[in-house]
Amino acid sequence: MSKYSIFSLLRNAVSYHQNWASAWRSPEPKAEYDALIIGGGGHGLATAYYLAKEHGMSNIAVLEKGWIGGGNTGRNTTIVRSNYLWDESAHLYEKSMKLWEGLSQDLNYNVMFSQRGVYNLGHNLQDMRDIQRRVNANRLNGIDGHVVTPAEIKRAIPEINIDQGCRYPILGASFQPRGGVARHDAVAWGFARGADMRGVDIIQNCEITAIRQENGAVTGVETTRGAIKAKKIGVVVAGHCSVLAQMAGFRMPIESHPLQALVSEPIKPIINTVIMSNAVHGYISQSDKGDLVIGAGIDSYNGYGQRGSFPTIEHTVAAICEMFPIFRRVRMNRQWGGIVDTAPDACPIIGNTPVKGLYFNCGWGTGGFKATPGSGWVFAHNVATGEPHELNRAFSLDRFVTGFLIDEHGAAGVAH
Amino acid sequence: MFLIECPWCGERDETEFNCVGEAHIARPLDTEKLSDEAWADYLFMRTNPKGLHREQWLHAAGCRRYFNAERDTVSYRISATYKIGEKPPGEAKK
Repeated sequence: MSKYSIFSLLRNAVSYHQNWASAWRSPEPKAEYDALIIGGGGHGLATAYYLAKEHGMSNIAVLEKGWIGGGNTGRNTTIVRSNYLWDESAHLYEKSMKLWEGLSQDLNYNVMFSQRGVYNLGHNLQDMRDIQRRVNANRLNGIDGHVVTPAEIKRAIPEINIDQGCRYPILGASFQPRGGVARHDAVAWGFARGADMRGVDIIQNCEITAIRQENGAVTGVETTRGAIKAKKIGVVVAGHCSVLAQMAGFRMPIESHPLQALVSEPIKPIINTVIMSNAVHGYISQSDKGDLVIGAGIDSYNGYGQRGSFPTIEHTVAAICEMFPIFRRVRMNRQWGGIVDTAPDACPIIGNTPVKGLYFNCGWGTGGFKATPGSGWVFAHNVATGEPHELNRAFSLDRFVTGFLIDEHGAAGVAH
Repeated sequence: MFLIECPWCGERDETEFNCVGEAHIARPLDTEKLSDEAWADYLFMRTNPKGLHREQWLHAAGCRRYFNAERDTVSYRISATYKIGEKPPGEAKK
């Protein structure tokens, strides 16, 4: 596999870019691996990448039921930030942020990480108190951020409506300058290429149908492409973790909900940052192609259908039109849904399970994309050593029994 | 757009309703002696099936009463709605 550089670009230009090698192989599954990663989204591929890079495990495979990055990795609104309230989540997401900052160099793949800043808007006095509390907590944890006034928001984003007479007036915001966006497809492809270069087999169109166990320990899986043995299995799925837990014989505190997003037709550059409002469920940024990327809230019902209801979209679009009256006549191009696994405390579940050798990394709810590198990094440690890393110890499945929940509802600007 | 059949009000628009999660979860008796695991199972663990799901709905902008629905979580089709306390239609026939 050749390294991407200005020279490889020039070399391939001579042959009209017809001879680029494919970025990863598509091998047939072997009968046995040292470890299996179930789920070929960003988190699963990152886990495989760091298993190979940091822990020297190369005899591993990533099993993906569809195509890599075709699930929530390709369906999110690509926002990256680390301004979470509680220490446990702040440390985990900040680890991820630090990895994002060097990711393109590390992967030799441009993930188009752009630190254009993230605003989290407040619309009432309590929102503003929560924002101040969160910003102070962030700063104590060494995470950048400050509180901004409506006038400062208006100076940075001239199109925004700060009229104090509307139903949900903008009273201020928190601003994390290091937050931003990344190209989600490139993240999956970059991690896939990086893992493949280090010997990881990426096996697509391979759905798990059963998880085999003996004496309380995993021995392998049955798939649509035959049985594969392994003594270590990491499950990194979004949308189906309850289904896989059921195969393994235990229950999860998870409900799967549809979450929707939409993009407009491409327009000229108008928004150079990310604006999020949890109170009215409006999340907006502009992609490099020029389309406005808008995220909605979740539907209240459980759903595995990868689509949500129209009233949810209407609710979000109404909020966007109130915040940005200039966008009222912009036409929307595409709209889609993904399945998000939400836990009762809006935090992920990363760690060991009642079955030996079986590890889960799931329940990222509505905000998993930002955690992609950090999630893979800590989970690789967990899978390789069999013990959680300090950064994910608090996120164990156990916390629902001990009662040590990490309540990130609302406080961290999570959409619920 | 869903049309949801409220057992009291009849067919109404989905925006009048809220889904409030899995149905038929009985609060454990003898809670003084309940283990942490049993509490966790009651409070947090959910079946979250891919397929037929029995769940509670609230007719929030209508009669404000709760009822149960039987719904497919992949197609989202609601096959039946019934009042709290009634058996699911599939089981009533047995």
